[in-house]
Amino acid sequence: MISINRYKCGYCGTCVAVCPAGAIELVGAWIEIDGESCVECNNCVKICPIGALEVSDESKK
Amino acid sequence: MSLKNKYDVIVVGAGPGGSMTAKTAAEKGLNVLLIEKRQEIGSPIRCAEGVGKKSFKKFFPVIKDEWISTKMVGVRIYSPDGTLVEISDNRAVGYILERKIFDRDLACMAADAGADVFTKTRATDLIIKDNFVKGVEGIRLGESFKVEADIVVGADGVESKVGRWAGINTTLKPKDIESGAEYLISGIPVEDLCEIYLGNDIAPAGYVWAFPKGENRANVGIGILGSKIGGKIPFDYLNEFVKKKYKNGKIIEVIYGGIPVSRPAKTFGNGIMLVGDAARFTDPITGGGITNAIESGIYAGEVAAECIKEEDTSEEGLKKYEKRWRSTIGEENDRSYLLKEFFINLPDGGLNALAHSINKIKITELSVKGLMRELIDKNPWIPAKLAKLFKKK
Repeated sequence: MISINRYKCGYCGTCVAVCPAGAIELVGAWIEIDGESCVECNNCVKICPIGALEVSDESKK
Repeated sequence: MSLKNKYDVIVVGAGPGGSMTAKTAAEKGLNVLLIEKRQEIGSPIRCAEGVGKKSFKKFFPVIKDEWISTKMVGVRIYSPDGTLVEISDNRAVGYILERKIFDRDLACMAADAGADVFTKTRATDLIIKDNFVKGVEGIRLGESFKVEADIVVGADGVESKVGRWAGINTTLKPKDIESGAEYLISGIPVEDLCEIYLGNDIAPAGYVWAFPKGENRANVGIGILGSKIGGKIPFDYLNEFVKKKYKNGKIIEVIYGGIPVSRPAKTFGNGIMLVGDAARFTDPITGGGITNAIESGIYAGEVAAECIKEEDTSEEGLKKYEKRWRSTIGEENDRSYLLKEFFINLPDGGLNALAHSINKIKITELSVKGLMRELIDKNPWIPAKLAKLFKKK
């Protein structure tokens, strides 16, 4: 699972562009991640200019 | 004002590419819908706002004063060891736009030409019948809608979904996108010149820019190639730079964004075209995307009108869109992409050597081509394969 720090996120959509699964959507002024279609490649986490995305603890277990 | 059930063309996204598509198509007599998911057009910006004068002017008979924040006379490039390469003229060679005003004005021009424009209106999927794009599904102010069209144009930016919905893979690999962050800083000394800072410690496989915006303000930003990010994020690099260089500046805006530095995507299919960043039309070496978005928007609007008149909006019919952009945007992308591949692997020593080899160059046009020709002349070690791309024809 990817978690979004909404206090950091600048809803720029860079994560959307690198998601091979099309699991992220930029909706006006926020992003949504569809956990079902996420393939856990973490491209979005690495590309985020502000570090607003993280692999959440839940999936690390 | 409400949505009609059917349009000739639906344009998704009201940045410069989308608005110019809508304007052009409406001027050709088509029924056009332009939708924008944000509630305001032009905001938040995700851009350094620079354009070359020559390439910008060719699209507009009149350039309105309010579009322009600063007229710049050149570019100063600082190599990793601080060597300065200045490319400048006595006259303006480029503009730093005020995108919040410019983008909104272009959407107004599309509306004045007859297009319907709706904001806070988001496409959520395409209507596809028999492998043909036939319209858009979406949400407007909380209400779902379906609108039919003969052609849908995806102008939905770096985060484009329209292409993907139509089966075109527009996903960018980390090596083909710059991750960017920018501040608008006020209260700093600026000149009418754009500054570029290179170096693997400053911005790995990217650069830091400072573009003047008025008397004492500048867009100061950074782009770092996705595949080179590790440990420090772009925002950290930017903060380090700003702390060193603009200690006394006041940050009055924070901006993030991704910049495609890839080959163009497939840009057409049955009933669909992609323009601007959605088509990955940014220049892979400069990261500039505004003029390519405008140009591709004009082509898409023209082709839409022609194909609807000829009653062929199939992939075969829309093929002429690619034919049109291939000779301009495409040719430049070919050169710039290979140049990018060269530069991202060049160590700081190579960048320094290049900077040492040339002094001040007088130019009348801001172009990568002109600068590269100078560099190639003085640096025989530049691979011949690359050099030949910049030879005068």
